[in-house]
Amino acid sequence: MSRSTRVSGLARVKRKPDIDVSELLQGLREVLPAQAVITDEASLRAWECDGLPLYCELPLAVVMPREADEVAAVMSLCHRLDVPVVPRGSGTGLSAGAMPHPEGIVISLAGLDRIVDTDPANRVARVQPGVTNLSISEAAAAHGLFYAPDPSSQIACSIGGNVAENAGGVHCLKYGLTVHNVTGLTLITAEGETLTLGGSGLDTPGPDLLALMIGSEGLLGVVVEITVKLLPLPASVAVIMAGFDTVAAAGDAVGAVIAAGILPAGLEMMDALAIQAAEDFAGAGYPREAAALLLCELDGSDAEVAEQCAAVSALLHDAGASHVEMATDSATRQRLWRGRKSAFPAVGRLSPDYYCMDGTIPRRHVAQILAEISDMAGQSGLRVANVFHAGDGNLHPLILFDASKPDEIRRAEALGARILERSVELGGCITGEHGVGLEKLAQMSVQFSNAELLQLEAIKVAFDPSLNLNPGKGIPVLKRCQEYRALPQRHHHG
Amino acid sequence: MADCSSELRDAVLEAIAVQSPLRIAGAGSKAGYFGREIEGTPLDVTAHCGITDYQPDELVISARAGTPIAQIQAALAGQDQMLPAECPLFGGAATLGGSVACNASGPGRPWRGALRDSILGLGLINGRGEILRYGGQVMKNVAGYDVSRLQAGAQGTLGVITDVTLRVVPKPAREITLAYTLPAAAALARMVTLAGLPGPVSGACWIGNTLYLRASGTAAGVEDFRRRQGGDLVSDKAPWKALDTLDNAPFSGTAPLWRLSVAPSSPLSGAEPDMIDWGGALRFFAGGHDPVAMQDAALAAGGRAQLWRGGDRHSDVNGPMSSVEKKLQQRLKEALDPGGIFNPGRLFSDG
Repeated sequence: MSRSTRVSGLARVKRKPDIDVSELLQGLREVLPAQAVITDEASLRAWECDGLPLYCELPLAVVMPREADEVAAVMSLCHRLDVPVVPRGSGTGLSAGAMPHPEGIVISLAGLDRIVDTDPANRVARVQPGVTNLSISEAAAAHGLFYAPDPSSQIACSIGGNVAENAGGVHCLKYGLTVHNVTGLTLITAEGETLTLGGSGLDTPGPDLLALMIGSEGLLGVVVEITVKLLPLPASVAVIMAGFDTVAAAGDAVGAVIAAGILPAGLEMMDALAIQAAEDFAGAGYPREAAALLLCELDGSDAEVAEQCAAVSALLHDAGASHVEMATDSATRQRLWRGRKSAFPAVGRLSPDYYCMDGTIPRRHVAQILAEISDMAGQSGLRVANVFHAGDGNLHPLILFDASKPDEIRRAEALGARILERSVELGGCITGEHGVGLEKLAQMSVQFSNAELLQLEAIKVAFDPSLNLNPGKGIPVLKRCQEYRALPQRHHHG
Repeated sequence: MADCSSELRDAVLEAIAVQSPLRIAGAGSKAGYFGREIEGTPLDVTAHCGITDYQPDELVISARAGTPIAQIQAALAGQDQMLPAECPLFGGAATLGGSVACNASGPGRPWRGALRDSILGLGLINGRGEILRYGGQVMKNVAGYDVSRLQAGAQGTLGVITDVTLRVVPKPAREITLAYTLPAAAALARMVTLAGLPGPVSGACWIGNTLYLRASGTAAGVEDFRRRQGGDLVSDKAPWKALDTLDNAPFSGTAPLWRLSVAPSSPLSGAEPDMIDWGGALRFFAGGHDPVAMQDAALAAGGRAQLWRGGDRHSDVNGPMSSVEKKLQQRLKEALDPGGIFNPGRLFSDG
C-alpha cells in the first residue's frame, strides 16, 4: 500500500469534452445544502484515492448527501447532464474501486449513517449505507444478535461498501459473505429512479437481482438502504492456535479439520514472516519459530464447542502441530486474534509500503502456491508475507516494497499480477473479497473469455445505459465492444 | 452421463436462427409449479447429466444440469456430506438445473441458506448461443457480476444452465425431530422466539396442528437442546420431506397452492395457513383464495405472494412488480437473451 506514489489511473480514459462544469455545480447546489458540495482542490485531495493509494485522481466535486432523496436528485441531475458518478463509502476499499473520475463527481454515502430499524423478532436490521460494519453488531448485541460478515476493516468500513464489494471477513467459512447476509436493498439507479429489492422475507420471485447488485462495485446502482440478516450470538466460543514446522503440514491440518465434518467459524493461516511481524507488533503469544500458524475458532452451545475443541485439538496434534494453545475466555481469545487482526499494519512496519493481493484458490493447493509465491518473490527481489483465510482458500499475500523506487513499484505490481494469474491457473480466482476496481482490470481477461466479458458489459448497459456509474472500473471494456454496443468512449480501456 | 453441451448449444443457435422460442425442460418434476404456463419448442436438458467433479475435502461438487438431485445427494451421503439447501425432489425426479432455476430450497432454508447461497459457479448458454462460465469452485469470488446466482429464480429466462458447482456441508453427526401439539399462532410464536436464540435448530414447521422442530449438530449439542425444549421425540421425518414426496397435505392432490414468503414474525391474519415452514417465513394456503387478498396479506407481512401451483397459470402468478423493477428486468432479459428465445413469459405475462 503506497503512501507516496500517485499514478493517474484513468489517464487512459478518453476525456469527455462537453461537461458544463458550472451547470453541474449549480445543479448540485440546488439539490443539496451548500456545505454538502465540495469543490476546492485542497479539500478534494482527501477523496483522491481509497485504500489503494497507488491510484489517485481528483474529481470535479464531492457531494455529501444525508438523505436518499438527495442521492436520487444528484443521480437524476448527473443522468441529465451525462456526468460520471463514483459512489464511495468509507474509502477503505483495496482495489481503487472508489478512485474518482476526473470528469465526474464522487458521491459520498458516509452521511447516510443511521440504523433505521432493528427488528429482533425478524432478526433483521434496516440500515443506511454509511453505517459502519461493526456498529450494526454493536446495536444488535442488545438483542443477543450480531451481523456476521466482519472484514478486518470493520471499525471503519461501511455496510454500503460491504455490499458493493460483497465483503467477507474471518467468519465467512461458516456464516458466508455479504451476499448471504443481506435480504433487501433500496438503490437509486443510474437514471435517478428508486429500486427496492427483497425485503424481510427470505426470497422473492424472479432472477436474483439482489445477488447481482451485491459485489457489483457501484457499477449498477447506488445503495441507499440495506436490510441485513442478524444471527443469534453463539453461547460459547473457543479459539485454538497451532504452530507448525512446515506450511504443508498446516495445509494438511486444515484439510483434516474439514474432512472430519467440522465447520469452524473461522480458520486462518499465517506464514513465518507474518507470524514474526504480528508477534513484534501485537505480542499475541505466537510461536516465533513456526513456519505456519493456524487459528481455528469454534462456536455453538457449550456442549458443542467442548466436543469440537477436543476433536480439533486431536486432529491438529495428529497433523504434527508443534505448539497448540486453546482459549475459551474472552481475554485470551482476543489476545490470540489480536496478532491476526493487526497483521496488515504489523507487516506494514517491515517495509515503507506493501501491496495486498486477494486471490482465491482451492484449499488443497495452499502449500503449493505458498511455495511458488516464495520462489516468485525471490525472483522479483521482494519479500512477501502471507495471511490466508485458509478455510475458504482466500490468500492475502502482502508484497513488501518501497514506493519511492519506481522500479520496485513496477516489480511489486508484476509480482502481484503473476500471483493472481497463478491463482486462476490453480482453479481459483483473481479476487476473493477486495473487488476488481481499477487494480485488477487487466487480470479480468485471465479469468474470463471475451464473450463472458461482453456479457458482463451488456448487463452493465442494462442498468446504466449511459455508462455514468463508476465508469472504467470492474469490467474491462474490449475494443470489440465499441462496435457491438456503440458504447460511449469514456468506458473504453482498450 | 454424457456431455451434451454442444447439442444444447446447437439447439439454441437453431432457435436463434429461426426466431422460435424454447421451453427449457428438465425432468418436468416442477411442471405446473412456480412459473406461468408457456409455449415453445421443448429443449430437454436431462440427457446432459452426471457429476463431473466432487472434492469432499474442498466441500465442493460440480454436476451437469440434468443430473438428478437424488443422485447428487446419494454421492454426498457416501462422504457424510449434504446439500445445505436440501433441494426438494418434487416426487423424486428433480434435477440440478431445474432446482437452481427455481431456487428450490428445503426446510433448513433460514439456517443453512437457500440453494442460491450454495452456488459457487455455473455454465450458461446465453441468447447468442455462447457458452459462458461465471463464478468457479471457490467460496469467495467477487470478480465480475454474480451472473451465477442471478440464474436462481430466473426459471430459465436468462439462459440454459449447463452445469453448476455447489458448496456442500458436512452432514450433522446427529439430527432429531421434536413434536408439539399447538395451534398455529402459538406455534409461530414459539418458532420466532427460538430463532432469536443460539441453538442447533435446523427446521421449524407447523402442519396438522403440530409444531415440528428439527435440531442438528453434535450429539452433545442436540441432546442438550432436547433436554431444554422437551416435546415428543418422533422418528417421523415427513415434515422435512413434504416437498420430496408430495404425498401429504397440503401438497398432495392438485388444489391450487399460494406460497407467501414473508417476515417470519408477521402475525397470522385472515385465513389460517395450511402449512407454516421456515420458522414462520414461508406460509402455504391451499384452495381458491382471492389473489388480491393474498398479495395484500403478503405485502403487509413484508413479503410476496405467488400462486405457486395450480389455478390460472396463464395469468400472472408472481404478483405485482414496481415499474422500475419491471423495466430493469426487461432490459436484463434483453442483455442475456436479445432474441427472447428462452422461456418467454415464464415469469411475467408481459416479459
